[in-house]
Amino acid sequence: MGEWMTVTDPDLSSESKNICQYTSETKMSPSSLYSQQVLCSSIPLSKNVHSFFSAFCTEENIEQSVSYLDQELTTFGFPSLYEESKGKDTKRELNIVAVLNCMNELLVLQRKNLLAQENVETQNLKLGSDMDHLQNCYAKLKEQLETSRREMIGLQERDRQLQCKNRNLHQLLKNEKDEVQKLQNIIASRATQYNHDMKRKEREYNKLKERLHQLVMNKKDKKIAMEVLNYVGRADGKRGSWRTGKTEASFFLRNEDEMYKILLNDYEYRQKQILMENAELKKVLQQMKKEMISLLSPQKQKPRERADDSTGTVISDAEEDAGELSRESMWDLSCETVREQLTNSIRKQWRILKSHVEKLDNQVSKVHLEGFNDEDVISRQDHEQETEKLELEIQQCKEMIKTQQQLLQQQLATACDDDTTSLLRDCYLLEEKERLKEEWSLFREQKKNFEKERRSFTEAAIRLGLERKAFEEERASWLKQQFLNMTTFDHQNSENMKLFSAFSGSSDRDSLTMHSRPRQKKPQNMSNGSPVCTSKLTKSLPASPSTSDFCQTRSCASEHSSVNVLNITPEETKPNQVGRECANQKWSMASRPESQEGCYSGCSLTYTNSHVEKDDLP
Amino acid sequence: MNFSEVFKLSGLLCKFSPDGKYLLRITVWSLCTKSVSYIKYPKACQQGVSFTRDGRYMALAERRDCQDHVSVFVCSDWQLLRHFDTETQDLAGIEWAPNGCVLAVWDTCLEYKVLLYSLDGRLLSAYCAYEWSLGVKSVAWSPSSQFLAIGSYDGKVRILNHVTWKMITEFGHPATISNPKIVVYKEAEKTPRLAPGRLAFPPPRAAAGVASPAETKYEIASVPVSLQTLKPVADRANPKIGIGALAFSPDSYFLATRSDSVPNAVWIWDIQKLRLFVVLEQLSPVRSFQWDPQQPRLAICTGGGKVYLWSPAGCVSVQVPGEGDFQVLSLCWHLNGDSLALLSKDHFCLCFLETEDRVGTAFGRPGDHT
Repeated sequence: MGEWMTVTDPDLSSESKNICQYTSETKMSPSSLYSQQVLCSSIPLSKNVHSFFSAFCTEENIEQSVSYLDQELTTFGFPSLYEESKGKDTKRELNIVAVLNCMNELLVLQRKNLLAQENVETQNLKLGSDMDHLQNCYAKLKEQLETSRREMIGLQERDRQLQCKNRNLHQLLKNEKDEVQKLQNIIASRATQYNHDMKRKEREYNKLKERLHQLVMNKKDKKIAMEVLNYVGRADGKRGSWRTGKTEASFFLRNEDEMYKILLNDYEYRQKQILMENAELKKVLQQMKKEMISLLSPQKQKPRERADDSTGTVISDAEEDAGELSRESMWDLSCETVREQLTNSIRKQWRILKSHVEKLDNQVSKVHLEGFNDEDVISRQDHEQETEKLELEIQQCKEMIKTQQQLLQQQLATACDDDTTSLLRDCYLLEEKERLKEEWSLFREQKKNFEKERRSFTEAAIRLGLERKAFEEERASWLKQQFLNMTTFDHQNSENMKLFSAFSGSSDRDSLTMHSRPRQKKPQNMSNGSPVCTSKLTKSLPASPSTSDFCQTRSCASEHSSVNVLNITPEETKPNQVGRECANQKWSMASRPESQEGCYSGCSLTYTNSHVEKDDLP
Repeated sequence: MNFSEVFKLSGLLCKFSPDGKYLLRITVWSLCTKSVSYIKYPKACQQGVSFTRDGRYMALAERRDCQDHVSVFVCSDWQLLRHFDTETQDLAGIEWAPNGCVLAVWDTCLEYKVLLYSLDGRLLSAYCAYEWSLGVKSVAWSPSSQFLAIGSYDGKVRILNHVTWKMITEFGHPATISNPKIVVYKEAEKTPRLAPGRLAFPPPRAAAGVASPAETKYEIASVPVSLQTLKPVADRANPKIGIGALAFSPDSYFLATRSDSVPNAVWIWDIQKLRLFVVLEQLSPVRSFQWDPQQPRLAICTGGGKVYLWSPAGCVSVQVPGEGDFQVLSLCWHLNGDSLALLSKDHFCLCFLETEDRVGTAFGRPGDHT
């Protein structure tokens, strides 16, 4: 609607931005409109009402403004402001109602929009703050990342430098080693050279000496060699020659023999010394071993008792000791195997002792360091001990199972003779028979108990009946009195009620304990109630043969197999009641119908109730 | 002319003296049979001849064609028993073990090599501690033949055992002693204030001394002790380093050593525990020392006018009485351990011991000592 701008634009430009929202020709985007309207949404009307009115619609352009508004509203989906046009030419009248409706609609719309705007603004605020927060976090994390990266780079650099240094030092070391090696080689070569030279010179020197000696000796006077004082001369003035030149075989051999003897003596002496030392050391080791075993044995007594087939070191050592004691004499031989055995056993014992001492040390240290954890420490050790015990037990059980399995297999696998099979069968049968006998005895006991109970119940019921009889007599007398007293009573009115009360009264008497009932209703109904009761009794009577049968069957039960007996036992309660019934019935034959109610009351609740209900229904 | 003579009293009362080098042979004189025999090509080395303790055998080092040999002679008839060559560059010395069954042969100081030969000439073992440095300087057997102590130029004594011929321990000779268990006796001059007395006892005794320069006594120095060292001249031959003297006590309990770089001290090692026991530091360099053949008692002389005695009970410094200055250059115990011969340049003095503490001396007549 650009044409309208001419009318309203100058005013628009002078007015506040509020007006923009009501004109459609502004080319601002809806979002910008909204952003501008943050604070000025609901305020404007009060301020700018007059200006607004004068701006848009004046006295002159009513029709135009109306038509304009109509157009706008119709485009927006509102109904037309004009009334229904009768014809194309006639001027359309303004529909006030439509106008008001449209206004209302617009107001509603306006409110909705405002609300939406508020929500959006709050959301915007929230989002803004969230974003600020996130941005801060992001910035911080970025900083952290940067610093850690820098640190890492620094550390890497240091590492690299240190590695460089290390390599350098290695290189230096290698160089030094090479130099040392070189120098040593040089020295060796020089030494050989010097030796060679020395030898050469020595030879030369010897030659020269010999030559000189020859020369000197030639010239020398033989007399002047050495002044010999106190010359001890011989008879013939000559010097005797020593027998060194002669290599007589005997002398030679004798010397050799002597030499070897001397050597052998020396060796033998040394060997004796060494043997003595060895023996002493062995004794010491043996003692040590024994002491170590004795040290360790008091602790290992428990496993020793339990482990029957275990390969525990202690037991094997004990066995070893038993064997070794007999071999003490062999130690003197000091052969390889004996030595090894001794050293191995000593090492084993020492290992055990060491581990034990370590355990003790750990315990002590734990006790010192963790005083409050004493329980844990102890329980852990106990736990370990217990686990050891359990393992041993498991082993034992497994072995037992194995043996049992073996025995079973033997039994099954062995091809038995007829005798053996029959024997076996007899054995099994015997077992079964014995079991059966036991069970029978049990059942007989139970049966006895149940019969006792039944008897007691019947006695109680009899007592109850007697008491009831007495009560009835009392009541009868009392009723007679009442009846005599109250002769004006109407029978029929109270019949139904009395019936009810009778049966209700009878139903109340289900329990064995005698409750004192209101006896007022009772006496009148007795006569009336009785035929009905009898009918019931007749109804109930068909059941009695069955119950009598039941009883008979029950009495014969004693001869039945055990299975049948077992099946009957759960239903003992019923027979009791039935029995009671039977007893009562037997007894009731001789009594009055009133008393049958009493026996009736001995029946189960369901029985009576069902009948009562039957009667209650009209 | 250089006569090198060795007198050894052998059981057969045989005495011999090798001729000088230029005669190139050993002449063996038998005093009993008045006969002579010659042994060719002896080696004129530090210790080329060795008699067994019982005097039955003699080992002689020879060198022929630039190769060292050892000849073993039976002393009774001077028969050549064994002749074998050794793997040494230049044999420096040989020594029999006291039990007469093993011969220790060691090489020149340029090479550390000690070879052990059995009496019948078999090589039992060879020991070499290190290469290229100067090697063996001195060797000593323990009287029980159980140990062989080798003193070398690196200032250490290595002890080999007779069963495996392997080193069981080595003793170093540091200039500073810091272990408080070691007792260090220092010879100190007595102050002139003390009353004159011939004998100087260890500190517990309140003995007086003459105000002569010679009076000294032993003081126990407190640990740590630093000993006087001698810096060796590096570019000269035969440097003053290494273990110059070794001696075992007769019961093999102690070993006395002298390190040439610490010339004033005598180190006494406990062989039972294989550790240093006592150090005696004298005022002047130690010339020689010798153990009493009967008991663990060591006599030391330093070239001064005193003789020093040490035993596990204590040590004492004894002034040799007499006119003038008696420079004790060497000493020698008598076999029974009761007396001690002190030798100076042209005098000798016989020192006899009455009790452990009190020492008496008797002058011997002046005479040549050979």
